[in-house]
Amino acid sequence: MSRSSGPGYRDHPQAIQALVRAAEVHRDCYISDEVFALEMEHLFANTWVYVGHASQVPQAGDFYATTVGDQPVVIVRHVAGNGNGNGNDDGDGDASIHVLHNRCAHKGVQLVPEGCGHTGSFFRCPYHGWTYRTDGSLLNIPLRDGYNADTLKQCEAHSSAQPGLARVGAVKVYRGFVFCRLNAQGMAFEDYFGESLSTLDNMVDRSPAGRLEVAGGVMRYLHRCNWKMLVDNQTDTCHPMVAHQSSAGTAVRVWEQAPVGTPKPMAVELFAPFVSPYSFFEGMGIRIWQNGHGHTGVADSIHAAYSPVPGYWDAMAAAYGEERAKRILGETRHNTVYFPNIMVKGPIQTLRIFKPIAADRTLVESWTFRLVGAPDLLLERTLMYNRLVNAPTSVVGHDDLEMYERAQTALHSRGLQWVNMARLYDPAEHGQTNTTTNGTNEWQMREQMRAWARFMTQSMSAGAT
Amino acid sequence: MSDATPKQPAAAPPSQQALIDFVVAEARLLDEGRFDDWLRLFTEDGRYWMPLTPGQTDARLQASLMFEDTMLLKVRIERLKGARTFSQQPASRCHHLLQTPTVESRDDAAGLFTTRTAFHFVETRRDEQTLYAGWATHTLKIVDQALRMQMKRVDLVNCDAAFGNMQLFM
Repeated sequence: MSRSSGPGYRDHPQAIQALVRAAEVHRDCYISDEVFALEMEHLFANTWVYVGHASQVPQAGDFYATTVGDQPVVIVRHVAGNGNGNGNDDGDGDASIHVLHNRCAHKGVQLVPEGCGHTGSFFRCPYHGWTYRTDGSLLNIPLRDGYNADTLKQCEAHSSAQPGLARVGAVKVYRGFVFCRLNAQGMAFEDYFGESLSTLDNMVDRSPAGRLEVAGGVMRYLHRCNWKMLVDNQTDTCHPMVAHQSSAGTAVRVWEQAPVGTPKPMAVELFAPFVSPYSFFEGMGIRIWQNGHGHTGVADSIHAAYSPVPGYWDAMAAAYGEERAKRILGETRHNTVYFPNIMVKGPIQTLRIFKPIAADRTLVESWTFRLVGAPDLLLERTLMYNRLVNAPTSVVGHDDLEMYERAQTALHSRGLQWVNMARLYDPAEHGQTNTTTNGTNEWQMREQMRAWARFMTQSMSAGAT
Repeated sequence: MSDATPKQPAAAPPSQQALIDFVVAEARLLDEGRFDDWLRLFTEDGRYWMPLTPGQTDARLQASLMFEDTMLLKVRIERLKGARTFSQQPASRCHHLLQTPTVESRDDAAGLFTTRTAFHFVETRRDEQTLYAGWATHTLKIVDQALRMQMKRVDLVNCDAAFGNMQLFM
């Protein structure tokens, strides 16, 4: 599906860069199999990608296996006193957490299945019984004597100086959120995220105990479209009143038929803001950080007018003092994009991962969190929101997916080559960071694609033509 | 078509066959796209529940695919008819294949009955059709001398799998 003429994209960083213009991007970003393969090799290796949450591995020996880009990895909480003890977290995060490639050094078998589990004090490959400590170091090989020492060395030191399971390049656990960079060399975590971490801070601070737990279960929704369509959509504020007229608009209409005096159901409170007028979305604002991170909902948002939850304010005021509690809860951020592929909603405690499977296939995982120490009603609201908006059975989801799939189909048209991202484009925006703008500006989308071009080509060498 | 509307049972407690007939007729309304008639089969406080995990007992603090009261069901039904409901252009169609329902419990005094029905369900749109398999549990209640659904619970055998769009009712 790559360009019909020209050199192709592999080993041609200039060709990749040429896909992203000031206010439009080439359709190959969404439909080319070759571009997708390069995203897996470069973009998802050079960026800091969310892997999972520390609460998914509460005890030593607990693991959570998942993917980063197309790479099978496993988060494991190290069993102390077994191996070198220190995790590969490179900062002040949780040092007992390791992120390892989920691949036996021997024949390449996946060590543990995807999802959560407990491995005890070591991993044991189910095929030939090779064992590894929970820091990835080799523990034992059955019938070791029969292996040639030189060739065994290669397995023991598979793809890194550390013998045993390959480790990812770098790990950072930030307030419970586990991120990794697959490549050993690259941008430091703090430089990559900068001020954007304030959204994660705010979500954690909404717990009176300052702690989140993954709770309720994950919604997994298959999309037949490119993963970046979902990322673009998170700060697309010109679609809700059009695409969601059918769902949220209908909810409002049905609610209006209810007898006067009927208390407004939680579901209506969650649905109704989707069909707010353009002026509302313009006024709510967008903040643009660096490296493709940004959020909608600076001054106001669709999450700003929910009913108070009994007992919550008192717990927050007791934990933080009234002034700080007010500041924490006054934050109305809507969708925060952490480039490349997650979106976080602080006020509603959800995190969505847009997992790339193929150029035209994405698995959307929508996770929910319990605010430790807060009333259960908040988790109930979070789960209802996730069910109404992010489930495969969600009418809002049906609205969006139809549009993504139509785009995935029609981008194959050779009638036009470019996807327009020009709304409120200003040449002076290049290079600006940590700034706010009109809520319908597509600046954040443009910034994502500028970051895309940089991190795609950062580790690419120009080959001979 | 009109004979698919469940018959009003007499004042006497419904026979086993009447309960079975209700479940079969209910599925038929869905297959015929008679969603307004289908919605009228629920009690006022009726719920449609589709759990996300096998054997799930909590619909409040555990995620479900659907846990809808009659207002939310009405929103879905109205949406399916909407001129700007693009995910239904063209519309989806569905097909239920039911095993004979079994009566799991009956309380004639309270007018409360539970049935369990194994099913295969196909949802189709354009050139694609998707097969789902599971069990429907109906909690039926006598209201004004007629059987009504207080709960329709749909447990898919693969309820915790990743799914594409499910736009109709199972």
